[in-house]
Amino acid sequence: MAITDMSPGTPTGSPPGTNFAMGRYKRRKVGNTITMGLAVGAAVFGLLWLVWILAILLINGLSAISLGLFTQMTPPPGSAGGLLNAIFGSLVMTVLGMVIGTPIGIMAGTYLAEYGKGTKLAEVTRFINDILLSAPSIIVGLFIYTIVVVPMGHFSAWAGSISLAVLVIPVVVRTTEDMLNLVPGSLREAAAALGAPRWKVIVQVTYRAARSGIMTGILLAVARISGETAPLLFTALNNQFWSVNMNAPMANLPVTIFQFALSPYEDWQRLAWGGSLLITVAILALNIGARMLASIGTKKGQ
Amino acid sequence: MNFQPKNLLKGMVAAAAAVMMVGAAQAADISGAGATFPYPIYAKWAEAYKAKTGVGLNYQSIGSGGGIKQIKAKTVTFGASDMPLKAEDLKEAGLQQFPMIMGGVVPVINVKGIAPGQIQLDGPTIAKIYLGQIASWDDPAIKALNPGLNLPKTSIVPVYRSDGSGTNFLWTTYLSKEDKEFSERVGANTSVQWAAGLGAKGNEGVANMVKLTDGAIGYVEYAYAKQNTLTFTKLKNKEGKIVSPEIKAFQAAAAGADWANAPGFYLVLVDQPGADSWPITGASFILVYSQPQDGAAVAEALKFFDWAYNNGQAAAEQLDYVPMPAAVISQVEKSWSTIKTADGKPVWSK
Amino acid sequence: MDMAVKASDISAESPRARTQRRNDLLFRSATLFFALLVLTLLGGVIISLIHGALPALKAFGFGFVTTEIWNPVTEKFGALAPIYGTLVTSVIAMLVGVPVSFGIAIFLTELCPAWAKRPIGIAVELLAGIPSIIYGIWGLFVFAPFLQKTVQPFLINTLGNVPGIGAWFKGPPYGIGVLTAGLILAIMILPFITSITRDVFETMPTMLRESAYGLGATTWEVVRDITIPYTRVGLVGGVMLGLGRALGETMAVTFVIGNSHHIASSLLAPGTTISAAIANEFTEAVGDTYTSSLIALGLVLFIITFIVLSLAKLMLVRMNRKAGT
Repeated sequence: MAITDMSPGTPTGSPPGTNFAMGRYKRRKVGNTITMGLAVGAAVFGLLWLVWILAILLINGLSAISLGLFTQMTPPPGSAGGLLNAIFGSLVMTVLGMVIGTPIGIMAGTYLAEYGKGTKLAEVTRFINDILLSAPSIIVGLFIYTIVVVPMGHFSAWAGSISLAVLVIPVVVRTTEDMLNLVPGSLREAAAALGAPRWKVIVQVTYRAARSGIMTGILLAVARISGETAPLLFTALNNQFWSVNMNAPMANLPVTIFQFALSPYEDWQRLAWGGSLLITVAILALNIGARMLASIGTKKGQ
Repeated sequence: MNFQPKNLLKGMVAAAAAVMMVGAAQAADISGAGATFPYPIYAKWAEAYKAKTGVGLNYQSIGSGGGIKQIKAKTVTFGASDMPLKAEDLKEAGLQQFPMIMGGVVPVINVKGIAPGQIQLDGPTIAKIYLGQIASWDDPAIKALNPGLNLPKTSIVPVYRSDGSGTNFLWTTYLSKEDKEFSERVGANTSVQWAAGLGAKGNEGVANMVKLTDGAIGYVEYAYAKQNTLTFTKLKNKEGKIVSPEIKAFQAAAAGADWANAPGFYLVLVDQPGADSWPITGASFILVYSQPQDGAAVAEALKFFDWAYNNGQAAAEQLDYVPMPAAVISQVEKSWSTIKTADGKPVWSK
Repeated sequence: MDMAVKASDISAESPRARTQRRNDLLFRSATLFFALLVLTLLGGVIISLIHGALPALKAFGFGFVTTEIWNPVTEKFGALAPIYGTLVTSVIAMLVGVPVSFGIAIFLTELCPAWAKRPIGIAVELLAGIPSIIYGIWGLFVFAPFLQKTVQPFLINTLGNVPGIGAWFKGPPYGIGVLTAGLILAIMILPFITSITRDVFETMPTMLRESAYGLGATTWEVVRDITIPYTRVGLVGGVMLGLGRALGETMAVTFVIGNSHHIASSLLAPGTTISAAIANEFTEAVGDTYTSSLIALGLVLFIITFIVLSLAKLMLVRMNRKAGT
């Protein structure tokens, strides 16, 4: 209403009644300016948080970044040390979690989007998958504890990787299915008309068309598990020392950060901030790297 | 390049395979899990012990309840708990426990114009604060304990630990012992249903909450209060003496305790006799099987504990922990002789 | 559906076609196998939840979800407070997060100069990369004190005096509490909803949009009348992903919600959520009833998610019917 009231006051405007089309045009234009202004505002608002959190991370974390952070083991309070064992453990378990979870997720997502459409099985799988997306990760940790740690009789990096994989699966299933569904049916039909068998159509045409979306899903999954603390607590445990034994407890960054940040000791807190900065920067690099790869792929594919 | 998710997968598989290759076996470490409170000192000891013997310690601070669960599930060689198990529970589970290290719980406050150690409180007063019955800092009960101190008319905000913890156990045990109504309405446990106040997570959360809230009172582990120079209070102990939270006050509480007549070392060091005793002192306990499946692993663990008892005092005090008195150590090590493997061989000999 | 298979049926069965058909069957079976694996695996989580929750449900019955009491000493447990907290924080997160995410996505697809598109897109996605524990630490040490000093006193002095909704903004500004948790959740779900929204916006055929612009539509009209209707299924998917994340988010919420098993009328008061209660208390829970009650809380979260998703599906079906597609 306020917008129509404004028009008589402006020099070019005429009373709404006499020049209906003009007033309506103006109203549309103002409405557009307002909504687009809000969109810009939203973008600024969104970026503000990133800047704020990153600034805090940089302020607190930069002082902890040194060569020692990457070459030394997690220390007890009062000694010098770094995060080498935790960084290594996190890398190993995240990579393994992705290696186990991603193919399962992509294949299952493919079934839902390509073969299972309309079937009861797909319906149920999709639903349970959506519920699992919001399952508290601590429950996934407990589940893996019950089916892996207890039968094995000890904590292990394997159990940690598997619980991370279980967190990866629903994210990848969901995005794979969504992205495959967005690929126009005409593309598939065109390939099929050329005589290509179904699986080839999916692997060479559909996957390719949906790859940046699927990559986004995989990245979201990496992002989700890279900072997960709760599922590792009951599975990988932690380790103060260097360990490459997948059958033994293994150190990892999130649990270390969690313990160190809430400790009373200043040197531990500094390492926690350093570790936090490290995880965040690593994910930034991952994001940009994957995007560059994806765009190279697009150019060559065309 | 034909970039597809599958290619990424191939890369990841290769990376994982490379990781597997390095996964060679290494010397068996001692594994344990449980209480968060002693984690820093166990980590400190573990580093020194590994440097000396090459044997490492995998200790995960998952909480006392978790420690008890893990030792019962036999996923670790020892469990650790800030809350001792009762003798009958130990017997039923086939476990044995002993105190390893001590600490104290310290009330901290945020009242304008009051410096650390300036204010004195006692159990019944704190209990009434946490029941919501004493709601202002100029309450007659607080004034009576602090004649001459200028107390403002600020309302009191009690802050409690919302996560289950040994700190809660000691604090609520103390308040329950000191105040009948508190024991009936709230009781003593690692987590309870509080009558009043604000919850915060962990020592850090409580300290932060107290720092931010004018008129707040909270409670944290001694090491925490010390390292962060929080405004602590003095307390009136069982003998009516006013004591400051200090290492020697905690040790006095441990020394006065009657360990010899405590079956399974079940002893909560709250309100111990002794003129210098800090009233809220507690030990952190280790749990092992009396008849372990893997005798060698338990023997390794006991060797570590023995080393820590005898060589770890300085490190403990440096981190504001309280080492066990020598008399208690010899009693503990005597109790180890009952730990035997299935064929009746004791696992520990000195 | 099986166009390719049928096509090869019609043509003479050459060895090559037979191999292709076999490959096809293999691929299809493989995807089916993994779908079933997902189902069993995830079904296993639910079964283990039910199994773990049984003792508590037997002890308290239906009263478990209708009582507010949470007393570990007397071993009486009820889930009402965490259920309330979970729903309220998620509602706050959606109210703030969804419009902002849509705004960012519209900005990125419609308004943003080409050179800035990628950096801003990556920047927003980076928000998703920040681990929740870092949100928690930042929330506790930076964001909560900030709210306590600025936003909360303002809310108390303005909205707090409005009759009706005033009750939501009463009480002392603690910094931490239900509102703070909801706001942090809103920030955390931003990148999830934004990136999906932007991706689905970008699937819009350019021709459709260009034609609308050609007819003289403004940007907002194109978004409202062309893009959103065209992509609504994908949008709901993105919102669901965000809601799922908000309902189950653990670490960040645990740090800033105050973890109190009381239901307060004020949004500024401390509360708890299901996942925060589990994360906070599970490791120190002693006694089977306590542990089982916490697992039962997890089961309740599953059921809430189930209901929310069912409602969303129903909504989608209605929307589709209304749109006549």
